[in-house]
This record gives sequence, structure tokens and C-alpha cells, in this order.
Amino acid sequence: MTSQAAILGGADLSGALRVRKPLRARLGPALLVAPLLAFLVVGYVLPILGVLWRSVDNTEFRTELPRTVKALASFDGGDLPPESAYEALHQDLVDAQNARSVGIVARRLNLVTTGYRSLILSTAAKAQAMRPPYREAFAAADPRWGETAIWVSLRRLSRPVVPDFLLVAIDLEESENGIRHVDPDRAIYLDVLWRTFEISLLVCGLCLVLGAPLAFLIAAKPRWSNVLLTFVLLPFWMSLLARTAAWVALLQSQGLVNKALLELGLIAQPLALMFNRAGVLIAMTHILLPYMVLPLYASMRAVPIELVRAGISLGASPLTVLSRVYLPLILPGITAGAMLVMILALGYYITPALVGGTQDQMLSYFVAFNASQVLNWGLASALAVLLLLVLALLFALYRLLARVAGPVPA
Amino acid sequence: MNSPLHVREFEKRRSEASPLVRFMGVQKSYDGTVLVVKGLDLDVTRGEFLTLLGPSGSGKTTCLMMLAGFELPTAGEILLDGRPISRLPPNRRGIGVVFQNYALFPHMTVAENVAFPLSVRRMSRDVIATHVRRALDMVQLKGFDQRKPAQLSGGQQQRVAVARALVFEPELVLMDEPLGALDKQLREQMQLEIKHLQQRVGVTLVYVTHDQAEALTMSDRIAVFDRGEVQQLATPTELYEAPRNAFVAGFIGENNRLPGTVISADGEWCTVKLEDGPVVEAVRVGEHGPGDGVILSLRPERISPLADAGRHANRFPAIVEELIYLGDHLRVRVSGVGRSDLVMKIPNQAGDLALRVGSSVHCGWRREDVRALKDDPR
Repeated sequence: MTSQAAILGGADLSGALRVRKPLRARLGPALLVAPLLAFLVVGYVLPILGVLWRSVDNTEFRTELPRTVKALASFDGGDLPPESAYEALHQDLVDAQNARSVGIVARRLNLVTTGYRSLILSTAAKAQAMRPPYREAFAAADPRWGETAIWVSLRRLSRPVVPDFLLVAIDLEESENGIRHVDPDRAIYLDVLWRTFEISLLVCGLCLVLGAPLAFLIAAKPRWSNVLLTFVLLPFWMSLLARTAAWVALLQSQGLVNKALLELGLIAQPLALMFNRAGVLIAMTHILLPYMVLPLYASMRAVPIELVRAGISLGASPLTVLSRVYLPLILPGITAGAMLVMILALGYYITPALVGGTQDQMLSYFVAFNASQVLNWGLASALAVLLLLVLALLFALYRLLARVAGPVPA
Repeated sequence: MNSPLHVREFEKRRSEASPLVRFMGVQKSYDGTVLVVKGLDLDVTRGEFLTLLGPSGSGKTTCLMMLAGFELPTAGEILLDGRPISRLPPNRRGIGVVFQNYALFPHMTVAENVAFPLSVRRMSRDVIATHVRRALDMVQLKGFDQRKPAQLSGGQQQRVAVARALVFEPELVLMDEPLGALDKQLREQMQLEIKHLQQRVGVTLVYVTHDQAEALTMSDRIAVFDRGEVQQLATPTELYEAPRNAFVAGFIGENNRLPGTVISADGEWCTVKLEDGPVVEAVRVGEHGPGDGVILSLRPERISPLADAGRHANRFPAIVEELIYLGDHLRVRVSGVGRSDLVMKIPNQAGDLALRVGSSVHCGWRREDVRALKDDPR
């Protein structure tokens, strides 16, 4: 009766029960998190948006060559542009030269085609002395001004938003005939992306294989769990750099590991454990292990021992119980741990940089390399966007898996 | 298979006569110093409902777990069907177990849970479906097969656990306080359901509980455990009517404990002088003689008031201290025989008993109803 009445009067009831809270009461919770929210927006969201924008942003170039941008608006790239375009570029170059900002233009163009830096710099230096007609004057300064290629590049860079860094990040480029693959000798980033994925997956697998028995022991033996958990957490309290440096000391050819193995007579030659994939895997697995162990431990502790016993008492072998009862129940822990390790591993930079060789550098390394060595912030941003995208896809996959598996009540 | 007829006949008779389970001098210690189970000898007869009853920490659950195979005896041996099973892993013992918190697999449906013991035995899909349907019918859970355990009430989960333990037709089923998590009414209903099910299926059931009413309701025989030892193994009636020691008398049902000293003992009767003077005739339980301290155990419902008292050998004046009305009976606390905590239960029959607090009564009891038990060394 009562439930029926509640169903019949449901709409009215919910309306009647909705008590209007005073504004202050509603603002209270929001105010509590406001400082953190502000911090996150300023320190996290805005920089990320900045990086996203930077990967396609072209304002800098357009401000340096305002007249050229306007003059090239109707240029279709089929033939050489009209004299007016040469004149516009001449004036822009003179201005840029005077403002000492011509280097920006030169560097940006050079990112599209190597060699354009010197072209721009030398032309700009001669621009002051140029007299009309500018088409001939430019051609005299450098024969490349008489070809369409440079003009096509200028035309492309006169757009407010350019996709070329994003394209380069996945080994593509714009050409006259649309988007195409870059030359095989210049294509590196898809390889790097795949390598990043491969290393992360391997580390994830190693963490699972090494971490699962440990997590099980901690969950099954409450008496030891405090001590063991402390050991698991110990690496958290040490800086990443210090731990990586420690691995350098351990793994190098004259390091502790090799010396011990040599002393024991297990090996005749020092093993190559550094500046290769093995070193990267060892160090990264060690550092990321806690992120696997903790979620696993949490999910294992939620499985009562009676469930395992019940399975065995019903006639299942321990292996069957493992595969049909235990693993399905700790699956949320496994996926959570694997996700954590994958996400962290995909962004790894310091560890591979210190213990890895040139063939073991991951995507983040190239982000850093482009940002701080080459000063190509556009490409660095584009690579960061790529990484972000991969992570987002991975997360979406995780959510999908979690939804398919369904929530498992403990 | 090829053995001569008379041998097979002999084997059959032997297996019918021999107990299904035999504990032989079984000891268990977890830490190597304290014995949780001290030299247990116990036979479980085929087809019986045997309850291991005792307070927590008395070793009853440990015994059950040793039988299931999750604990190893420190000493002694357990025989199942005449064969020692200490080295037999629990999954090969073929014993159905119902755990305290049901231990249903939360990620499987009811049907998958019940099918589990059959599918690990590699039965065909059709056979499994038939058995599962029959088992769920048996516990009145028709139509629940696609639910997850979390969508069931406690009682329904309990039934699934029972169905799962019975579906593979084990000879022996163990239950470890299976009704502990249910409310009183449901618990009483499930007690009868499980008992009837056991009788119908004819399975041998070893049941662990700390609830004496539950044990009395369900069991063919009860083994009362205390401090790692069986204090008494008997039918419910015998346990209640003839407890062998003070612990059993106190644990099964309510009883008045009156300490006293034996004056004379003769065969099955004795005379006991209570601490404060009165002399009582009682049943002599165990070996004790004049001068020994004993505890007299007297059930509250065996004390009768007023006029009835005149017929009994033991008869004393008393004063009503407290009256509690409990519907079907009255609980009366009186002071008498030198004590102020003597409790009697009077059935609520038509007619006022005219008892008031402060009124004086005569209370008496037959000498068969009071048992002189050796003083508990505790």
C-alpha cells in the first residue's frame, strides 16, 4: 500500500520534498573546494589549454608579416604571386629587420623546410637596399624567390591556425596534393609512440607479475601486512631522481649487480644492464610497482577467504578457483592498477633518459627535447597533445571495460 | 567390481554399519602451545543430523574445518567412509560446505553459483541445467536463477548456499553457523526448512552453532563442546533431561544451580545438604560420595508452586521476589532454600495463580528432576 501510494504520488512527492536550501548553504561546499579549484585551473587546466593551442597557433608569424598575410589571401599557389605580394613582403621584412624580429619568421619557416632560415635572413638583410620592381629584386637576392615553393610555404603559414606540427607528430605533412606521409628517413614519431606504448605495456606486465603475489601475501597475512606495506610504500618517500640515480649505480657495468654476479661466477662478462631497454624496464618497474600493488591489495583484501574455500569445497581445483572465482573478483583491482601504471609509464621521461639508450627514449623525451633543445614549442606541444590523446583513449577504454565487467559488489 | 558376491555383500554391510565420519584422537593447535581441540573421538552416523554446539572458542568450528580439509589435525586422524583423509585435499573430499556468510560468488548469478560444483565436475550442459533447476526448486527459489546474490535477501542467499552445497549430491554436508546473520523469525523458519530438507534428501549433516535452541530444534544428536573437548554427546532429550555435568546443564536450557555437599549417596540417588541448611534428595550423576561438593541442577519449569508442591519429596517455603509475565508462561523469582535467585516457570493456564510479589508460597520438585552434578572445577 505505502509503496503504491509513493509511486502514484511520486511526482508530487518529490516536488514537495525538494527543500530549497538557502544560498549560503549551497555555496558552502563550493567555497570549501574553491582554493583547490582555482589552483587546478591556474596550474593545470590553463597550461594544458595553452599547450593545446600552441600546437596549432600561428599568431606570431602573422603579426610579423601582416601585409604579406593580407596580400597572399587570394594567392592560389599555382603560379608566382603578383608584384603586390612581393612589395608587401618587402615592407614586412624591412619592418621586421628594423624591429630585430626577423629571426622569428626565419626560424618558423625553417621548421617547414630546412634552409629557409638563411634565405629569409639574407633577404631581410638586403631588403633595405631593394628597389622596385621587387619581384626582380627578390629573385636577384636569391633565385628561390622565383620559385613557387617558398610562396606556398608562406601562404600556408599565413593561416591563423596551422596543423603542420600535429601532422609531423604522427609523421604526416601537407603537400600540394593534400596530406601525405613524410619521407621514411624523417618519420620518427610514430615509432616513438609505438616504443612508448611497448615499454609501458611491458612495465605494466612486469608490475602485474611481480606485484600480484606480493599483494596477495599482504592481503592474506594480516600479521605481515604492515611491514610489507611499508616496504611497498618506501619508494614513494624517495625522490624519483634519487631512485633512478641509485639504479644507475646498481646497473652500470662496474655496478653492484654486475660485480656481485661476477664474484659469484655466474657470468664471465659484465651484463649490459644500462643504456638499453633492460635498464629502462628494471628501473621503471621498480618505481611503478607500488601503483600496481596498492590497488591489487585493496581488491584482494575485499575477497573473503570463504569464497576461495567455498570454491574448493565444491570440488574445484585451486587453479580453477583462481581463474573462475578469484581473478574475476580482483579484476577491478587489476585494471585499476594496470591503468595507473600505464598512464604513469606513458609519460615517463627522467628514468629512460638516465638509464636508457638512444633507442629507449619515450615520447616525453621528445617533448622535452623539442621544447628545451630545439625550441620548437609548436612540435613539443603537438607531441604533448598526441600523448594526451593516447591517454584519453586509454582511459575511455578502461571506462568501457569497467562498464562491461559491471560493478562487482564485495 | 569383480570381487565375489559375498565379499561385496560384506563390504556393503560394513559400510552401512561403520560410521560415515570417525574422529580418532584428533588434536589441533594453532600455535604449538594451546590445544584448541584436545583428543577428539567422535563418530558421525550415516544419515544423521549431528550438531557441534558450544560457546565461541570451544573448538567446534575448528573440528568442522578439519573435516572440510581447510585445517590439518596436529595429531590423530579423521576417517571418512573408513578411509583416512588427512592427506586428501579439500576439493577431492566431496563434502558440501555452507559457510557462515554464505560465501556465494558475487560475480555469478544464482544459477551459475549452483551450477559451479557441477561444471567443475565437467557435467554436460543439459545435466547441469536439470540439476540446478531441481536444486533451486528444492529450496523454493524457482525463478531466481538469473539474479545476482546481492539482489537477494539474507534468507534467499542462505538457500542458494544450501542448494549449492547439496546439488552435487554429497554424502556429507557441513554447515558453519549458517543462520547466524539472519533475524530471529527467519532463523527459526530456516532451521525447520534445513532439517526437513536433510530428512528428505537423507544426507548426513554436521552442523555448527552456538545457539542451543537451534541445536535442540534441528539435531538428531548434539555434541556439546567446551574448551576443546566434547562434554556430552547425546540426543536433545537426553542432553536436556540428563546433562552429564554442570557445563552441559548450564549451556542447554536454563537451570538453577544450587551448590551443596553430599550427605549420603546410594546407587542412583543421593542426599545433599545445601549451603544454607535445607536437605534435598537428588539424582546422583557421576561418582561422588559423602563430603563431596556438588552442584544441584534444577530446571525452572520443574519447580511447581502452591498446592502441587505437597506431592513432592523436596518441598520448601519461599517468598515471591519478582514476577515477569511472558505471555505463555510466568517467570517467578523466589527466595527460598537459602537463596534469593531461584527461578521457576509457571505455564499460563486459565485461572489466576494468586501470586503477588511478597506473597509466600510453597515450592517443590520431584527428586527425579534435580541432578547432583560433580562440582565444576572452574
